Amino acid sequence: MSNDVTQATDKTPVERPETTTGARIYRPLTDIVETEDGVTLMLEMPGVAAEDVDVTLEQRVLTIRGTVRPTQPEKLQLAHAEYGEGDYERAFTLSDDFDPDKIDASVANGVLTVTLPRTAEAKPKKIAVKAS
Amino acid sequence: MLNPYYTRRSDPFALMQSMLRDFDRRIPTRAVQPVFPTVNVWQGDEAVAITAELSGIDPADIDISVKDNVLTLSGERKAPEVPEGARWHRNERGYGKFTRTVRLPFAASDDKVEARMANGVLRIVVGRPEEDKPKKIEIKAT
Repeated sequence: MSNDVTQATDKTPVERPETTTGARIYRPLTDIVETEDGVTLMLEMPGVAAEDVDVTLEQRVLTIRGTVRPTQPEKLQLAHAEYGEGDYERAFTLSDDFDPDKIDASVANGVLTVTLPRTAEAKPKKIAVKAS
Repeated sequence: MLNPYYTRRSDPFALMQSMLRDFDRRIPTRAVQPVFPTVNVWQGDEAVAITAELSGIDPADIDISVKDNVLTLSGERKAPEVPEGARWHRNERGYGKFTRTVRLPFAASDDKVEARMANGVLRIVVGRPEEDKPKKIEIKAT
């Protein structure tokens, strides 16, 4: 079995907060890239549809929640399990120079992409140096 | 050190057990070689299903093949395209090529394999061939 995927971390369940049903909450693996316009977050949330994602920004804390749709093939019993299913939750603290009205989120193939543009005044301005 | 287990002097192994438990918690057990993708296998009388979490992978980049009783799942997860001059803050997700083989409890034929992908979760259902199913033998009255 060959495996070239460079996987640094596994998806791990979070210990807090607990759920009332006892179901697990997982911490989605995240890539964060800073671009010229702002910051892009890519969160891995397999089994979560676009309408089941909840992104909120409150007091600089960006909270991302995803409700999973469990895959249970009909008339079959689980014989071997390597991964667990559960909801996803993760929160990030942001600096206050993001424009909350322009935050954009989209889901494709189980990956949530959140783009956070920086406010216009926070973008670095390039000052041209004139030769005298 | 105030250890709740140590107060139970009646059990001489209590302290050692509690230390071992602390040790286990601090050093998370992980496979030496991480397996990707992780699969769940479901079994029933009529079929076997394999589910795998393959988020961020285009269904066109996944190859599934069945030969006798071995199912091979391979593909590639491409790294996201980032504009020039972008800076990575965090990189927790993995990228690259992968191959995974799963041994099925029966030899399957290609036409009985069905794969579907929804929200980054792949589900492969392999039907059990007629000749493999248990046959009911009727007892004849003499």
